[in-house]
Amino acid sequence: MADALVDFKTETRPASVPVGSALQIKAPPAELQREPLVTNQRSIGWISDAIAGVAEGKTPTWWWIAFVPSVVLMTTCFTMIAYLMSVGVGVWGPGHPVMWGWAIINFVWWIGIGHAGTLISAILFLLRQRWRTSINRAAEAMTIFAVMCAGIFPLIHIGRIWLGWWLFPIPNSNGIWPQFRSPLMWDVFAVSTYFTVSLLFWFMGLIPDLAVMRDRAKTKIRKFAYGLFSLGWTGSNRHWSNYEKAYLILAGLSTPLVLSVHSIVSMDFSVSQLPGWHTTIFPPYFVAGAVFSGFGMVLTLLVPLRKLLKLEDIITVRHVELMCKVTLATGSIVGYAYAMEFFIAWYSGNPYERYAFINRAVGPYAWGYWIMIGCNVITPQLFWFKKVRTNMLLVFILSIFVNIGMWFERFVIVVISLHRDFLPANWGYFRPTWVDILTYLGTFGLFFTFFLLFLRFVPIIAIAEVKGVTPQADPHHPLGGAKEGGHH
Amino acid sequence: MAATPNIYGILAEFETPADAMHAAEKVRDTGFRKWDVFTPYPVHGMDKAMGLKNSKVGWFSFIGGVTGYTSGMVMIWWMNAVDYPIPIGGKPMFSPFGAFPPCYELTILLGAFGALFGMLFMNRLPRLHHPLLKHRRFALATHDRYFIVIETTDPKYSENETRKLLESVGSKRIELVEE
Repeated sequence: MADALVDFKTETRPASVPVGSALQIKAPPAELQREPLVTNQRSIGWISDAIAGVAEGKTPTWWWIAFVPSVVLMTTCFTMIAYLMSVGVGVWGPGHPVMWGWAIINFVWWIGIGHAGTLISAILFLLRQRWRTSINRAAEAMTIFAVMCAGIFPLIHIGRIWLGWWLFPIPNSNGIWPQFRSPLMWDVFAVSTYFTVSLLFWFMGLIPDLAVMRDRAKTKIRKFAYGLFSLGWTGSNRHWSNYEKAYLILAGLSTPLVLSVHSIVSMDFSVSQLPGWHTTIFPPYFVAGAVFSGFGMVLTLLVPLRKLLKLEDIITVRHVELMCKVTLATGSIVGYAYAMEFFIAWYSGNPYERYAFINRAVGPYAWGYWIMIGCNVITPQLFWFKKVRTNMLLVFILSIFVNIGMWFERFVIVVISLHRDFLPANWGYFRPTWVDILTYLGTFGLFFTFFLLFLRFVPIIAIAEVKGVTPQADPHHPLGGAKEGGHH
Repeated sequence: MAATPNIYGILAEFETPADAMHAAEKVRDTGFRKWDVFTPYPVHGMDKAMGLKNSKVGWFSFIGGVTGYTSGMVMIWWMNAVDYPIPIGGKPMFSPFGAFPPCYELTILLGAFGALFGMLFMNRLPRLHHPLLKHRRFALATHDRYFIVIETTDPKYSENETRKLLESVGSKRIELVEE
């Protein structure tokens, strides 16, 4: 045995290789080499010009074509809210037994969309996925605007909107505090923290890029505004050192945050005792669904934008492909959760639970259930094929299916679970009203108004971060000026 | 020519990150203290080349997080178990488990504030004016150039010697920056 071991050792180190010599590692074969993150060997200055250029110069026509209807829709949203406040919640569809209608569906849908932004900015940062730099800024902006749209709904669905401040830890006129044993209170803290931290993270990432805008600004107003918001950033390495540490900490804090937010949203349902809601699978299943829908929305926004803004060298086909793969992975988790819900409904032996699930598939709302299955289970599976992932038009269309499917998932959870109460006398059929529909469509106006303003005034890609992932930014790379062999 | 009081420092420009990094190592080894490297993005390894220690921002975040968690627990206990207890379904007036989700969120919230404001405090930002930001050439520091600035207040500073040092490490463009 000992002899064999010795033989083995001598075999692995042939006499021709002297001990202590530097081993030569061969370059990987061509098919294993990764495509660069910025294609066409663009210089560092080009990156500034291409990204900052989007927010400079004349406003393109397509921007106005998108902006005007967005503002009209946003006004519609505010008009509907004013109508709701002046008349009462009766203008909406919900009523016994479906007491939660579109407001909660829209709330969960919008907040789910927000999750991709934080996933890209925080979790992919911790996992050192450097491709995130091309998409994180736009995705974070999407998160903030989506959470704003989401936040409207819980506030306006409470009926007496002027008492919305009872949600916050302030005593009401009788000196009564909010009740922290209710998951709805947890939700208030989760969503408001999520919004605030996303905003901080986004703003911190913007500081160096606003300094880029400041240094390029031609007019007095732009110089002043960008100068003010860039806080006097100089690009000092002593500053970068603290900045990078703070960025890492924010990423570390945002990672558990993003996982907790949709878990807590799911507890609004799962802590109750309603069949269809009262399940332990909800937190992970909601988080996977949120990331799935968020990536769907990122694709919907960025696939056309990379073309319109001529940023194909920075948001490359490889970036789109990688996002499709995340959509495929999370979509498969969602599909698994649907199957597991059904299995547990049968396996639990609880007749109410079983009935709730059979009713989803074959009951009066079966159309909603099968739209959900079609969009969320079948659509993402097409991303297994490279031909699909690299076809931008197809990716765009499929991403819209993902958005539709995830809205129907929340419809299935909220409406189908509620519409058949325990006693047949309490059964009902929910229909939305025109106010429900216009309020929901109106939030798109709010979202796109803010997103289009973001495109015009703020660098939509993290300039400093994209520069940092190019080879010419690396002091140890020949393109970064390293002499032969480098040192350190 | 001695350093006149209205000169802020000497500015040396470099075209590649590697040149700036080698120059930073030389400046560090010469023993300067009041100097800095300015880059359009964080250059990896520059902290070491400048001899910087690990950033202290983490402490601000840690203190923020601890404050968030404890104040959350105390707040919920005091509101629901002391000041105005309401019995609900025989549940305890206070339980750390039921109170955990809001406290968890407060930990993250104040931790994040600690990270951002700690970073700004350590960097002495926001700052509305800086001598370098008036300098025309320096605007390229956010574009594609790398700069080393040695301040005149550094005890080792002497205009001729320092200029020679920066020339010897390969800077092709050296200018004085006015206060």
